[in-house]
Amino acid sequence: MAAVLTEMSYRDAIRRAIVEELDRDKDVFVMGEDIGRYQGTFRVTEGLFKKYNEEQGEWRIIDTPIVEPGFTGIAIGAAMAGLRPIVEMMTMSFSILALDQIINHAAKIHYMTGGQVKVPLVVRGPGGAAKQLSAQHSHSMEGWYAHCPGLVVLAPATARDAYGLLKASIRNDNPVVFTENPGLYTTKGEIPDDPDFTLPFGKANILKEGKDISLIGYSRMTMLNLEVAERLAEDGIDAEVVDVVSLLPLDTETIFNSVRKTHRAVVVYEDWKHGGFGGEIASRIGEECFDDLDAPVVRVGGLNVPMPYSRVLELECMPKVDDVLASIYKLLK
Amino acid sequence: MAKQAQHELTESPAQLEQFYREMLYIRRFEEKCNVAYRQGLVGGYMHVYIGMEATAVGWNDAIKVGYDYVITAYRDHAQPLIMGSDPVKVMAEIMGRKDGYSQGKGGSMHIYDVENGFFGGWGIVGGHTPLGAGLAFAAKYRKEDRVALCFLGDGASNAGVFFETLNMAALWDLPVIFIIENNEFAMGTRLEYHAADTELYKRGEPFGIKCERVDGMDVLQVRKDAQRIVDWVRENQKPYVVEIMNYRFAGHGAADNDRQLYRTKEEEEENEKRDPIARLEKILEERNVMNREKMEAIDEEISEKVEEIYEAAVASPHPDPSEVYDHVYCDMEPEKGH
Ligand SMILES: Cc1ncc(C[n+]2csc(CCOP(=O)(O)OP(=O)(O)O)c2C)c(N)n1
Ligand SMILES: [Mg+2]
Repeated sequence: MAAVLTEMSYRDAIRRAIVEELDRDKDVFVMGEDIGRYQGTFRVTEGLFKKYNEEQGEWRIIDTPIVEPGFTGIAIGAAMAGLRPIVEMMTMSFSILALDQIINHAAKIHYMTGGQVKVPLVVRGPGGAAKQLSAQHSHSMEGWYAHCPGLVVLAPATARDAYGLLKASIRNDNPVVFTENPGLYTTKGEIPDDPDFTLPFGKANILKEGKDISLIGYSRMTMLNLEVAERLAEDGIDAEVVDVVSLLPLDTETIFNSVRKTHRAVVVYEDWKHGGFGGEIASRIGEECFDDLDAPVVRVGGLNVPMPYSRVLELECMPKVDDVLASIYKLLK
Repeated sequence: MAKQAQHELTESPAQLEQFYREMLYIRRFEEKCNVAYRQGLVGGYMHVYIGMEATAVGWNDAIKVGYDYVITAYRDHAQPLIMGSDPVKVMAEIMGRKDGYSQGKGGSMHIYDVENGFFGGWGIVGGHTPLGAGLAFAAKYRKEDRVALCFLGDGASNAGVFFETLNMAALWDLPVIFIIENNEFAMGTRLEYHAADTELYKRGEPFGIKCERVDGMDVLQVRKDAQRIVDWVRENQKPYVVEIMNYRFAGHGAADNDRQLYRTKEEEEENEKRDPIARLEKILEERNVMNREKMEAIDEEISEKVEEIYEAAVASPHPDPSEVYDHVYCDMEPEKGH
């Protein structure tokens, strides 16, 4: 039986996933700064405090003090005892404070305990530039986390993936870092009307098939790549758009198969170009698909500068359609 | 200083013997670990509990083992031994062997026995304190009456995350007891050189958390204080901060081979007079609970047992290289190869 589809925004899809999992499992709770009474800085948790805490009289939606290491650590401890916390970071930039708890603790616990302790934790929140939030609020953290074994790192681009993967993350026993580019919150997608819809980790998607070049990206850059593909089509170039979705685990097979078909690859990521996750994807393609390539693998990343405040400068920092096109035309020459 | 105890012996002879056995067991076990370290059977960092035994023993007796939660830092051999964990698995873990609690992936600093409620075993100073509060959070969330004991050092009591945790523990009424083991040193740094206010129990005051300083070298007093505080926390469902005054006789860790860098021989000798085991022996003898021969017999028995534990741990195989991938994830394989 094919599920009925409902159109909704990326933001609403995330909220629906959270609500359904809160309803399904009493061990699930949400914790973070201003996520309850204030309903979340990006309104992802709108209505939750009223429903669970006020109407149902439960303690499920928990406003915390502004102490990322402390509340992330408490969530990890609660997860060690079997609860399933969803921690919202007001922005992923602030999760830098909690790196010790996420990397030194959460990511190591199952291993260090020889499998005795699981950490069914989700750390989620907006990651990447929003609009003029400048240098301390605009980090793309997913590449930092994807460096660390023991974590699952997801960066969905579509409402459907966000929905299915967040539900899967909440049900999963591993610590998951789930990043939501603020530019995606209002984008729309179709969500299956199925409270048990989940998606597997480590699965990339081909959002548009093509034969001439692979445009590889994740999160908001996938949307950019779709635009780039449209522009290329006008010039008769048939691009394939690979949405990586899951950085750790990484679906190299889908990426390699695409490159083996198109023989050219451009990797696009919003994070700083130098040392960013796109470099990891590019080097993997280089290692595994060298003989299939007709041209070097190209990276298009964020400028290697702190994010500036001015909208003009901010836009300059992030890869744009024209930046990707320019690198492609250089490649095709 | 902590109040001097005026004992009426309320413990039964059997209980007194148990405390004696537990403290001696920890001491002999730790001494054997030191031997194993010198023999090259233990690598990395290893921190023994010699001198501090009364703290673990007294508190352990006050909780419901297997129901309540216990978490500590890297000086973590003592708790599992007296919580009923398999000592061979503890020593095998210290030696990095396959039969260890974490199959050799944790080591001395990371011992866990979750079945008995022992949640380790943590190497980032202060980093485990929110985890301890998180265990208590789970108990409160599920409306269970478990309490969490979170041991930490005097050095750890300066960590920012500990202050964050105290605030939330008070804000949310979490049934967690922070037991600051003030052994007067953070590695080679004396208390006065690392803490602006050396009355560490006061860490609880700004948050309205009940707090006090207690003696940690008299096991009978420790047990009394522990029972009173555990009962209070279980009953009132609120956090508590305890500063317990003890002393480590050994170096900070097995790699600390020059204690004179931070304390004098005279000071050590002075503190050895506080030895919790000798102190209990004196009480046992004075009150005619046990004579010296019996104590020696117990010591011999325990030493033999520790010898057997050691032999069994040494006999345990090293892990197979292929096990390196085990438990990176639950129900998921990590990527393999260099
Ligand atoms: C964050 C961090 N910084 C430094 C260290 C190195 N280190 C390990 S133990 C220690 C001293 C801690 O002393 P205390 O908390 O009093 O505990 P004790 O060793 O006395 O039991 C230091 C500095 C560490 N493990 N973690
Ligand atoms: Mg100390």
